[in-house]
Order: sequence, then structure tokens, then C-alpha cells
Amino acid sequence: MGDPRYYNNKSHKDDEATGGMMNRAKKFFWNWNIVSKGVSLPDYKITEYTPIETINIPDIVVIHLQQHIGAPNETIVKVGEEVKVGQKIGDSKSFVSAPVHASISGTVLAIKKEIHPSLGRGSTAILIRSDGKDQWVKGEKIRDLSEKTKEDLIKIIREAGVVGLGGAAFPTSVKLSPPDKIDTLIINGCECEPYITADHRSMLENGERIIKGAEIFMNILGAERTIIAIEANKPDAIAKMEDLVDKFGMEKMSISKLKTRYPQGFEKMLIKTVLNREVPLKVTGRPGLPANVGVVVQNVGTAKAAYDAVYEGKPLVERVLTVTGGVKEPKNLLIRVGTRFSSLIEACGGFRDEPGKMIMGGPMMGLCQINPITSTIKGTNCLLVLGKETVKEEEETLCIRCGSCVEVCPVNLIPTDLARYARNRRFDLCEENYIGACMGCGACSYVCPSKIPLAQLIGWAKDEVGRRKND
Amino acid sequence: MRWGEEKMIEDLNEKDEGFIVSASPHIRKDISVEKIMYLVILALMPTTVAGIYFFGYHALSIIILSVLSALITEFLILKVRKKEFRMDGSAIITGLLLALVLPPTVPWWVPVVGAVFAIAIGKQVFGGLGQNIFNPALVGRAFLMACWPVLLTTWIVPFGGADAITAATPLGALKLEHITTPSIQLFLGNVGGCIGETSAIAILIGASILLTLKIIDWRIPLSYIGTVFLLMFFLGQDPIFHVLAGGLMLGAFFMATDYVTGPITRWGRVIFGIGAGVFVVVFRLWGGMPGGVCYSILLMNAFTPLIDRYVKPSPLGWGKKERKIAEGSK
Repeated sequence: MGDPRYYNNKSHKDDEATGGMMNRAKKFFWNWNIVSKGVSLPDYKITEYTPIETINIPDIVVIHLQQHIGAPNETIVKVGEEVKVGQKIGDSKSFVSAPVHASISGTVLAIKKEIHPSLGRGSTAILIRSDGKDQWVKGEKIRDLSEKTKEDLIKIIREAGVVGLGGAAFPTSVKLSPPDKIDTLIINGCECEPYITADHRSMLENGERIIKGAEIFMNILGAERTIIAIEANKPDAIAKMEDLVDKFGMEKMSISKLKTRYPQGFEKMLIKTVLNREVPLKVTGRPGLPANVGVVVQNVGTAKAAYDAVYEGKPLVERVLTVTGGVKEPKNLLIRVGTRFSSLIEACGGFRDEPGKMIMGGPMMGLCQINPITSTIKGTNCLLVLGKETVKEEEETLCIRCGSCVEVCPVNLIPTDLARYARNRRFDLCEENYIGACMGCGACSYVCPSKIPLAQLIGWAKDEVGRRKND
Repeated sequence: MRWGEEKMIEDLNEKDEGFIVSASPHIRKDISVEKIMYLVILALMPTTVAGIYFFGYHALSIIILSVLSALITEFLILKVRKKEFRMDGSAIITGLLLALVLPPTVPWWVPVVGAVFAIAIGKQVFGGLGQNIFNPALVGRAFLMACWPVLLTTWIVPFGGADAITAATPLGALKLEHITTPSIQLFLGNVGGCIGETSAIAILIGASILLTLKIIDWRIPLSYIGTVFLLMFFLGQDPIFHVLAGGLMLGAFFMATDYVTGPITRWGRVIFGIGAGVFVVVFRLWGGMPGGVCYSILLMNAFTPLIDRYVKPSPLGWGKKERKIAEGSK
């Protein structure tokens, strides 16, 4: 059960506070503690009731070799080669990596530097032109999980290029080989950022696959139970998932309804809310992992991708994302990885007003894009367009020490102090005040009445502290 | 290659498409320093109106003079410092709060001198908004109290007009003549005292706005008033009388909660409130003067940097348990 030193509970039944006055009081206290931190954001979930729509196969896709956290891939195809959907075109020998696959069938047009949506600079990518036939590579389909060993299943998931689809794109196979014993698997269906509804729609429309995918993870990890965490602003998804858990007779699975709060969908926050366990900041000098407290968190989209890989033999070449904000018809789309943003915007009827910002991801943590020619990667869960009128640069004023940032910081830091140290380049003070605990959720910047770019300053100082340590 | 394909793979990355690039988050809460300040002014309005109602037009002229002097001083000093003057409302609050803690009988020049001192020495000397150590309005009052103690301790009964008979404040009456004022009178404000501190109900109406909108932290007034209540109870005094009398209500909701001069963390704020409460009790029971709220807050302002330095929450995943394990594994 992870490293038992990190939580005192004798058995996992204790920490769920199922009954009794003491347990109820305990549960109330930690709920209050967690809910009193963070922010409640406006919802803007305009595509909540829009069913997922499959868009036409694009003429051209751009498959970036680096779509995950870890070692970059190397090309294993040549320019001019014919490829089929699902054919592996980039791989790496490194443990922490995930291969990439052709998402359309056709010819390799070029291997060149293309702008990367999250690295923000040119990065090697494989361009494929469609032949319009959409021919798939036939993969091995598994009927029953008992056919395969754990190691085989992990290998299938790795070979299918499955990464965390919540946004960070951490290779799933690595997460499924934890250093400690796991007792709980949490399936993350929080989707706590405004605007994004991709996971919500996936739960409603692909619920069966998510449950089956979670079962695969549970089998691999040997977890005793699975908790599907969904925020209260998605009552239909909660009902649907509850029905499905009953229907499949998944005894070890349960649904946890959480209060809507940002940034609850973050791994560490979710573990704190659902189980009241704290992922240690440092474990023998390295950053702590959820596995240290016996937990693995997987996104609902990742569970679906694992289902596709194992039961259907389909590598990760398509995903659901939300295109929303300043487009004519905001939609949830099922897209091929590598589709350019311009095609997505076209599929949604084009820009509504003059666009001001084009953001990959949600409004709280998303990254600004400079060119619609940029292509999607596996971790792209949302494309948000903000109109020119809504994007106003607000003038920064002096800190009045109101404490709003301290009040909301989910990891108990003092953002205004850290930002001041960062401005003065006092990285030693930043480190002393645990800047490494910052998850970059941006809640401090959101609430600041003086409009100080706290998250930006802290993020920069955090990188700088890390860089200096490595030097 | 098909027609148009060169264009498709052409290096378009460098082309500027006119999209704005900025760091996340891309949405901000609809709040600003100005908005907070004007909400505080709005919340002070019931108290101001009650003061004018009880003490007449002279109170109104004190308030106007104090606010105007504060604004003009701020404008002039910022001009000298070559900084931009913003109508952010902070100088108005300082002027207003200063007027509210002055007796309704003071001559016209007292609020002017006090407001100039409050802004110049209490605030701008330290570098302006957000930089001062002490609450500027209280600095102004402390200065006036030191220079003209008689003027600042001459009280009148409410509805008395300009040449009303002098009367003691409830705290003074208790201390010097052992007369207890009924609580209901204290609650409504129909007693002698400073312009803004007599009516508890008016203060509570205003404070409820700020508490509901989470502009002020409930921890400070609760710990402050709670400490005074409990200590007075255990020391054999009438706790309700001590909570309602004097400037405690106004101080707890509008002065101790000043962002700039108070601690920033949750527990720091509780400690601030408790400390100020202890000082009030000490000053009221053993001090030479009847009041003490002003000095209790100023003293705790001085402790604020110390509190902020040592009272910090431990980051998530780095509590006592995790630290112990980390030390053990070294």
C-alpha cells in the first residue's frame, strides 16, 4: 500500500469515512479544508450538451515526435513512404516515453521542424498527406484480460502510445509501473477548468469504454478499488457512470461526487480531496509521486485510450477535444491527432468575432498559440478562442497585501512573497519558501485585485531554481 | 506534388497572425483595488450617517475636512515624488476613518492636521499604498492624541448641537464614576463618544457587506472581539458592555482588518486579533486612559512583520509527518 509511513490509516476503509460521528466530522473537516482553498470559477461550459462530432479526415496531419513528457522519439519512417493509420512512425528506447503513430493513411510528405503547441518553438514533426482511403493497421484484439500478463498489458499500452490525456501527457505505461504498492486507482473526471467539456461528453458517450479501461488499469496495478471522481456540476455524467458501474457489476468501483472547485482536477489535489492523503513534496531528495501514498490517478480519456489499445488494438491516434469560445459553433470533436487548429476552427464555422487569443487548453492553464497552422498533439483537450474585445490587458498596480492569493493557494504557499522574491531575483528565498510545491494552477493570478502576474513570476522562478540546481 | 502542397508545408511559423500571447491564466476575477476600496467606503456609510445623525452638522464638517485634507495631501506628495495619482479610494478611507475616531467637538483644524499627518507620515513616508507599517488613520489619531489630549477627550451627548453640555463616554463613566451604560443604548449608539464608534448596529450593517463579499477576513474581528469578550468575562467585568463600548467594534471590523498593516496568513490573522484583544483589555483595565483600541491595533501592526515571518502554513505534502520521514531517511 504505497509507503505506509505516509499515511497512518490501518486500512483504506478508515480514510473514506463511511459512518460514525468521528468519521463524519473528519470528512467534514477535510472537505472544508480543501473547499476553503482554491477558487470557484465561472463555468462557461457552453458545449456541455453538444454531442461529440467526428470531423472529416484532414488532408494533412503534423505528427510531432515529442508529444509527451520524457525522452523525444526518433523517426522510423522515410519521406515518401506509404503509411497506414496506426502505423508506428516514431519511437524511443527510453523508458519514460511513448511512441507516435500515423493518424491518417497516406504518404510521408516531409520530416521537418514545425511549431510545437506547448514547447512554443520549432520541433521535429512528420507531415503526412492523406490518400483518402483511411486504411488501418490491423492490431491484435484481446477478448479477456486474463489472456495476458500484467507486463504484456503494459507493453500493449506503451506500444499504443497512450499518454495522460488530461493535458500533461505523461506516458501511461510509466504510471502503470509504480515503485510502490498501489491500493487505490482514481479515475479523474473532474474537468475543473472552465469551458472544457471533452471529458464530460466522453463519460456520457463512451462510459462503457472508460469503465472497461479503468478495469485494465486496476488489473495491472493490483489496486483494491477504483474511485471515479466527478465534480458536482456534471450530474448527468455522475448518474451515467453510476448506472454503468452497476450494470457491469464492478464491485470494486465507486463514484465520488466532489464539490466544484478549481484546481481540484490536479492529481495531488484530487488525492487530498478523495482520500485525504498528501503526496509528499520530497521523497529521499526526489519529488514525491502519488504512488508513494499508494495511489495512481488516470484521466477518463486515458482510460478510454487504454480500452481502445487493449480491446480494439487501436493505438492512440484520435481523441476528443472541445473547440469553444469565439467560434461560430462551439463543439466537442473527435479528431485525429495532428490535425491543424485551422481545420478545427473551420469545422466549427470559423471565428465569430475578431479573435484575440487562441489558447490550447483551458483558460486557467492553457497556452497561447501564435499561429492557426499549429497542430494538435495527444494532450490537447481544448482549443479556446477568446475574442479581441474580451482580451484586455489590465494594468498592474502595487500589492496591497490583501491575502487573496494566500487564501486560494491550494498548496499553502504565499504567492505574493514568492513573486516579490522572484522580481528581486532572490531565488534562494524562493527555494526556502518551497516554490517547488507550486503546481502552476494560476488561482493566485486569477484572484489578485492588483492584477500582478503572480503565477507567471512564480513559474519563472521555479524553472530558474530547478535550472540552477541542475547546473 | 499536388498543386498547393508547397504552400501547405511551407514554413509559416514565423508569420505573425496577430494573436495576442500572454501567460496563463487568461481569465481574471472581476475585482480591483479601486473596487475593494470603494466597497469599504460604502460599508462605512451607515456608520458615517449614524455619526452625523447623532452629532449634527459639525460632525459632517469634520468628516468632509478630514477626507479633503487626506486627498489633497496624497495628491501633493505624489506630485513631489513624481508618481501618478490614482483615485483608488485609499486616501478617502484614511480621511474618513480618522474623522470617525475623532470626538464631534474638535475645532475644524484638528481633522486637517490629523489627516495631513496620517497621509504624509503614516503612509507616504513608507512609500505609499501597500508599503506602510501602521494604519495611517490611527497614526493620525495617535499624533493628535499626543499633541492635544484635552481636545480629543472632550465629549458631548448626542443630539446636543454645537454648544451642548459635555458628557463622559461610557468607558470613561465606568472608569471614573463607576456608572454602567445600558447595552441597548450602546448598541444603537445613543451615547457620548467619537463620531463613528458609538453605534454598534451601524458598524455591523457595514461590516456584514464586507464579510459577505469576503473583502475582509472574519478571523480578525472574531478573534479580536472574542478575546476581549472572554478575557473581560474571566476578569469579572461585563463582557457585552466592553465589546459594545468604545471603539472596539469600529476598530475590529474596519481598522484591524486593514490589508496592508495586518498579517497575510489565516493563522497570522488569528494571532493578530488575539494580541490586539489582550492589549485592549490591559489598556482598559489598568491603563490611564479609558480607550485603547487605537494603541492595541498600532502595537499589533508593529508585530505584523514578525507574525508574517514565523506564521506560515506548511505546503501541501510537507507537513510534520513528511518532514519527519524525510529527516529519518537521510
